[in-house]
Amino acid sequence: MFKRLADSGKSVALTVDGRPVDCRAGDTVAAALLAAGVDRCRTTPVSGAPRGPYCLMGVCFDCLVTIDGVGSRQACLVPVREGMAVETQSGRREAGR
Amino acid sequence: MRAMSEEYDVAVVGGGLVGAATAWGLAREGCRVALLDEGDRAVRASRGNFALVWVQSKGIGLAPYSAWTVRSSNAWAGFADLLRDETGFDVCFQRPGGFHLCLSDKELETRANALKRLHNQPGAVDIKSEILDRTQLIKMLPDIGPDVVGASFSPLDGHVNSLRLFRTLHTAIAARGVRYLPSHRVEAIAQEGGTFRLATSQGEIRAGRVALAAGNANMRLAPMVGLEAPMRPERGQIVVTERLRPFLHHPTGTLRQTDEGTVMMGDSHEDSTDPSGLTLGVSAKIVERALRAFPLLAGANIVRTWSAIRVMTRDGFPIYDESESHPGAFVVCCHSGVTLAANHALTVAPMIARGALDKSLVAPFSARRFYVQATG
Repeated sequence: MFKRLADSGKSVALTVDGRPVDCRAGDTVAAALLAAGVDRCRTTPVSGAPRGPYCLMGVCFDCLVTIDGVGSRQACLVPVREGMAVETQSGRREAGR
Repeated sequence: MRAMSEEYDVAVVGGGLVGAATAWGLAREGCRVALLDEGDRAVRASRGNFALVWVQSKGIGLAPYSAWTVRSSNAWAGFADLLRDETGFDVCFQRPGGFHLCLSDKELETRANALKRLHNQPGAVDIKSEILDRTQLIKMLPDIGPDVVGASFSPLDGHVNSLRLFRTLHTAIAARGVRYLPSHRVEAIAQEGGTFRLATSQGEIRAGRVALAAGNANMRLAPMVGLEAPMRPERGQIVVTERLRPFLHHPTGTLRQTDEGTVMMGDSHEDSTDPSGLTLGVSAKIVERALRAFPLLAGANIVRTWSAIRVMTRDGFPIYDESESHPGAFVVCCHSGVTLAANHALTVAPMIARGALDKSLVAPFSARRFYVQATG
């Protein structure tokens, strides 16, 4: 869906649900997810409807993912870092995990 | 005989949980009811409360309050069913039994003594409470932390979705033809020829009876009809987590998991009437205790905090009164608008519809208790 600009910076490696994903320095996690074709990053806690990055500016809270073990972070507000572990979320999170 | 100029049988003042439950109960009795409320900026406990239907800590110092609370707790399931039948809304009432967790031996001893005092009062009702040590407790609450030494438990304790209750009551009264009048702050009340005239910024409302259910504002309103409602408002703060999978199947007095999965933590007490103030020290203390009780909450995100002003009478017990100087004027006032909602709808409202409080049930709750004169 999205195409990168020709010269878009240094390569950064992270994982999404354990799968290696290549992105660029300066990407937000949300941008990296979209560039990698991940347009569903969670399902909602009440109805289970799928959600993906939408507003990309910290307002809609639809892009929540677990980053390095911390749940429900806004992917669009977190810059990527080498070795980052991103996990998509399913419904309500489990306390203590 | 009703005067021709009266628009309503009863004007209920206060559109929160107490007023709405009372108005609904009156409408069920066939009364024509106006519900006078303030506007959106009203200081409103019904939007900030903790949503317990709670029995085990009520009534120390006034045994009839314990009995009154048990009566409402027992009526709550039927009340929720009636509301669901009328509106289609489920207010998510559950009564799985609730705990008061103790984080030290001293706390557990204080708790045990308090329940003993409650139990030993003349006229006490059995709330089936018990004190559990850690070994017994961990079987029912496997996620408690190492600091939890024990708890008190009562099977009569429960909880509800109180915002949905608020919405459901307002839907139910609209369906029963109650006239809801927002932005009608009552400035003065006069009684002429058996008709009450309530002056508001939007004109005068006339009714045959008046029920004051305006929370802390009853302090201002009650003297207009020859009654008293001594109040001492206080501020409480609440901290709420994101929605989590169900892990806690019983409410505690200070922490509960809601039907939608959020965990609410609360029970702070501050001497303030500013509803917009949040103090980090207070919320930090709430969360610190919550984490000692349930360490698995450490990774949960906090998504909301708020403060609200508790409706609190001077001694913490409800006030139900009828005026001698202004016959037909009543006060319905209490801290526990959620717990007692079933009583207000199904017991107090029918008394007001009949025109007299049933002394056998509510005499202990007259505000005259604040003005007892020494005899002799």
